[in-house]
Amino acid sequence: MLLFRREFGLAWGRGGGAIMALAFFAAITALTPLTVGSEPERLAALAVGSSWLALALASLLSLERLFERDFEDGALDLLAIGPLGLVGVSAIKALAQWVAIGLPLAVAAPVAAAALGAPDSILPLTLAAAAIGGLGFAFTGMMGAALALGSRRGGLLIAVVVLPLFAPPAIFGAGLLVAAAQGLPWVGGLALIFAWTLFSVVVSPMVAAFSVRDALG
Amino acid sequence: MVRDLTVARGDRLLIRDLSFSVGPGEAVVLTGPNGAGKTSLLRVVAGLLKPMRGAVELSGESEWADRLHLIGHQDGLKAGRTAREELDFWCRWAGANGAGIERAVETLALGPLLPLPVRSLSAGQRKRLAMARLVAADRPLWLLDEPLAPLDARWRENLGLLADEHLGTGGMILAAAHDPMPFEHGVLDLGGVA
Repeated sequence: MLLFRREFGLAWGRGGGAIMALAFFAAITALTPLTVGSEPERLAALAVGSSWLALALASLLSLERLFERDFEDGALDLLAIGPLGLVGVSAIKALAQWVAIGLPLAVAAPVAAAALGAPDSILPLTLAAAAIGGLGFAFTGMMGAALALGSRRGGLLIAVVVLPLFAPPAIFGAGLLVAAAQGLPWVGGLALIFAWTLFSVVVSPMVAAFSVRDALG
Repeated sequence: MVRDLTVARGDRLLIRDLSFSVGPGEAVVLTGPNGAGKTSLLRVVAGLLKPMRGAVELSGESEWADRLHLIGHQDGLKAGRTAREELDFWCRWAGANGAGIERAVETLALGPLLPLPVRSLSAGQRKRLAMARLVAADRPLWLLDEPLAPLDARWRENLGLLADEHLGTGGMILAAAHDPMPFEHGVLDLGGVA
């Protein structure tokens, strides 16, 4: 809890924190009707996919500094020799990132979907899927940040590493919400997002710890 | 404690087949020119850097991290947070309780600094803040990398007193330094090792 409180505070302020992520999310949502046209039918068809794309991109913001700042100022040395080990430290960093950035984005997701004309009936499911998928985004993004640690242009490298890994939840998430809007079964899609998130929560901290250890050495 | 240690950074061999030990109540200061491997050796002992060959053994049954303090070149302090926030976090991270933290505040005269943001502290004040965990949490081995660099004469002397007290209770110190240290110690010159 000690480290979580610190990481939450740092995530809240890092790169503009949740406010910047929400502003970015809103900007992408606002651009959608300007780029594809403002016909309600067309927007409603794109609402779900557009909000998932915005969610994935907004989740990338501030990831670059997740480990980089601690690496530069020596905090990562002290965290590495602390009581939790690097696997625990990485997991808590991702969890704090999700609470500080991912959850506010998840709350904004149904608002954006509704603004683009998604039916009201799928808005609670949009929130749930974005919250679960956002947790996976946070852990996968944390792993990308660890892999890019110490490299020049780390932000770009994180995007290149992480965005392909964001594809499964974006596909499952958009698919399940489209299915729900059409009255088709959607539980399978939610289960797939959950499974991907669980995989990410388990695997990402171990990969990140290995990568950070390598960067420190 | 350190047995047949060989350390390299990239392609560069820094230390070859080095063996030495630091016993309870003893301090060893690593000397040598820049790039001799002093900091790397401290990082190996801290468990942050893997040696090419050899081993580091720490006596005791607790976890490795619970047996040492590392005060490095960089202090890990966040410029935007207050000295109080950083003091609390790093001391508790090292296992200190409230009483230990208050003892550190008193010993290192940190009271007036606590409400200030870290970015407003001088290098010497930051070093004192970083050193607080030495006092707040009792650990047998202190790893100190150039601990005197930003300290003024008064605090260099006080560091000597802290070190004497630590050594007097069976503690150990392994330090890297260019300047003479204000406590009794042996010297290990890394200049001609590799």
